[in-house]
Amino acid sequence: MAASGITTSSYPTTTAAAAAAAASSRPAAPTRSALRVPSAAVHRKRGSVAAAAMPPPKAVAGAEVASPATERANGAVAGLARPDAMGRFGKFGGKYVPETLMHALTQLEAAFHALATDHEFQKELDGILKDYVGRETPLYFAERLTEHYKRADGTGPMIYLKREDLNHTGAHKINNAVAQALLAKRLGKERIIAETGAGQHGVATATVCARFGMQCIIYMGAQDMERQALNVFRMRLLGAEVRAVHSGTATLKDATSEAIRDWVTNVENTHYILGSVAGPHPYPMMVREFHKVIGKETRRQAMDKWGGKPDVLVACVGGGSNAMGLFHEFVDDQDVRLIGVEAAGHGVDTDKHAATLTKGEVGVLHGSLSYLLQDDDGQVIEPHSISAGLDYPGVGPEHSFLKDIGRAEYDSVTDQEALDAFKRVSRLEGIIPALETSHALAYLEKLCPTLPDGVRVVVNCSGRGDKDVHTASKYLDV
Amino acid sequence: MAFALKAAAAASISASPAASTAGASSLSSVVPMRRASMGRVSFRGAAGPVVAIRAASVAAAAAVAEHKRSISGTFADLKEQGKVALVPFITAGDPDLATTAKALKILDACGSDVIELGVPYSDPLADGPVIQASATRALAKGTTFEDVISMVKEVVPQLSCPLALFTYYNPILKRGIPNFMTIVKEAGVQGLVVPDVPLEETDILRSEASKNNLELVLLTTPTTPKERMEKIAEASEGFIYLVSTVGVTGARTNVSTKVQSLLEEIKQATEKPVAVGFGVSTPEHVKQIAEWGADGVIVGSAMVRLLGEAASPEEGLKKLEELAKNLKSALP
Repeated sequence: MAASGITTSSYPTTTAAAAAAAASSRPAAPTRSALRVPSAAVHRKRGSVAAAAMPPPKAVAGAEVASPATERANGAVAGLARPDAMGRFGKFGGKYVPETLMHALTQLEAAFHALATDHEFQKELDGILKDYVGRETPLYFAERLTEHYKRADGTGPMIYLKREDLNHTGAHKINNAVAQALLAKRLGKERIIAETGAGQHGVATATVCARFGMQCIIYMGAQDMERQALNVFRMRLLGAEVRAVHSGTATLKDATSEAIRDWVTNVENTHYILGSVAGPHPYPMMVREFHKVIGKETRRQAMDKWGGKPDVLVACVGGGSNAMGLFHEFVDDQDVRLIGVEAAGHGVDTDKHAATLTKGEVGVLHGSLSYLLQDDDGQVIEPHSISAGLDYPGVGPEHSFLKDIGRAEYDSVTDQEALDAFKRVSRLEGIIPALETSHALAYLEKLCPTLPDGVRVVVNCSGRGDKDVHTASKYLDV
Repeated sequence: MAFALKAAAAASISASPAASTAGASSLSSVVPMRRASMGRVSFRGAAGPVVAIRAASVAAAAAVAEHKRSISGTFADLKEQGKVALVPFITAGDPDLATTAKALKILDACGSDVIELGVPYSDPLADGPVIQASATRALAKGTTFEDVISMVKEVVPQLSCPLALFTYYNPILKRGIPNFMTIVKEAGVQGLVVPDVPLEETDILRSEASKNNLELVLLTTPTTPKERMEKIAEASEGFIYLVSTVGVTGARTNVSTKVQSLLEEIKQATEKPVAVGFGVSTPEHVKQIAEWGADGVIVGSAMVRLLGEAASPEEGLKKLEELAKNLKSALP
């Protein structure tokens, strides 16, 4: 089964199997007490058995740890389907859309499942991910960042970056865009629409539309167009039409609403490439499946590099696609700690933040039930973040589920903390991260002092920061 | 509440040039008891034509003025009389709630058979630019759900036609579904349209609605496959809302001829009344749709635009009244 591929087996039991078989003893075995989910697994020995479970690296992008167990149907594990037949993750998710879209969503779901077993499709997708997107992306040991977090006694965690910023177009977003564009071709839909916040998803969509010769319309909040002028130009250069959305506060939320309205109106010839693990079913599942290659590669690369798994995964969460892409592979590995970092803007106790999981309440936005920033009247509150990509009042329903069952932790960092990390990582690693990504990197400041020596932290370096230089220059004195 | 409903409403109606002297002076007091006491109310609009409002037989059907008929009951009566329902939609709080209250009474007086009242919402996915802008204006004025309900509570006893609330799902969820249903029922609302809750998700809404004798209207669209339409028709209460077009709300030049075949299909599947909405704005449209066999026509954006974009609330109300009368007179 192809790696990048869309498969409906959301629960790779591979990992459990491999882990169970695996033997491990970390050299310098640190005390694990600070890890939130200590597990017997960490005391096992890692080694030959696990390695044997690894196929030789495939030539195609994102070769996964193949195992018959991976092929389990429809994401059911321990009686929990994720999502279930109604598109629900626990109580979250579902399809709350105008009736006009219901048929298109059903069609989309059917097409998605059909393509999961379509070898020709998988081959085409794998080829494009490898030769055009540039997968796989490196798992990079951030030596100076690691050094930075060492305590006086020389102990501290080891920081790795999953370099999604090295993908074509500069962010993880293209994993999903390219797969959905192929899917749209199979559905016979030649007109593509998308929403974008930071512009990364818009650029990725415009890129794949150029690549496949499809008409492309991008909805973008007028305010975001100003914040991300460079990306607006990139999209137009790639042949996309960028439509400014002035309603609401002219940001990602409003762009998403407008894209959905366009889809309601043009559903018969149009595919909507939704850019996050949000929206109505099947989008949260589908977008996750198209990004899960991030976690799959990470597992294999970790095994190659140190013969084990990462201990902690950290990713920023706006809608939550890069986080789901990294987390999904490890959800069943209880010994891997999952941390999502939201945008606290000016602070979660102010009215200017985008920390949906931290401060939101359950509600419905853009087609799914999830945590949501809303007022006492059930009106959606306009969020704030310095990062346009995190400036969203909702969050993917699976994150809400992972939060409620306690499988993943969510915390937040402020605009200022993100800016500090933006500068820090630029200076320490020669990597200018996106402001979105900078939130995940900023969280290391809180996290690292609590971690024992030698703990391996993988941060999803979800995007590059060139697009943010203009914004950052207003705040940073360099 | 920030407005004095009754006084303002009465003042505006008598001040409105649309309602000329004889009619106007009695209108505000007559409306609530119209069915009981008067077979026929007519008044001259500014545009000139005399519009007969309600047939004599309606009076008999509503012997008790206080009794609010259900939406389905209203459609059944109309069917018996060979009539097609006029169902206008307006947004609560645009330009302000006092004007909304007056508009409801005017629409009722002009012969509306059911009125759909939109609860303003921050993210109205199914709505086009006109209703979006109207919701935004209403929210900017500080219109809350509580304000809307207070206004409804005051106005409903003065209306002869049933009122349906058009609201997105999140404001319902926010209050808790059972609580929401109790609140709107107590305010005198008869039905609900929730455009972002498709059939699959309606079970809990319907069961809570039915505990309060609220009818939950479901929508079917040109993209809805036949089998699915049949399930929607079976589950829908009050009437079946046929969306005329693939798209969001908003006036369009023509009504798709596909509506005719869709109506035929639905009629084969159910005895329930079908009302056609989205993109319906002119007397020509409603006449055409009635000829195709619809039981009702829903006109929203055209009404909302008149109210929201008028130079003054009075002017908006006057234009609203003209449109309502013209639409009514185009219907059998």
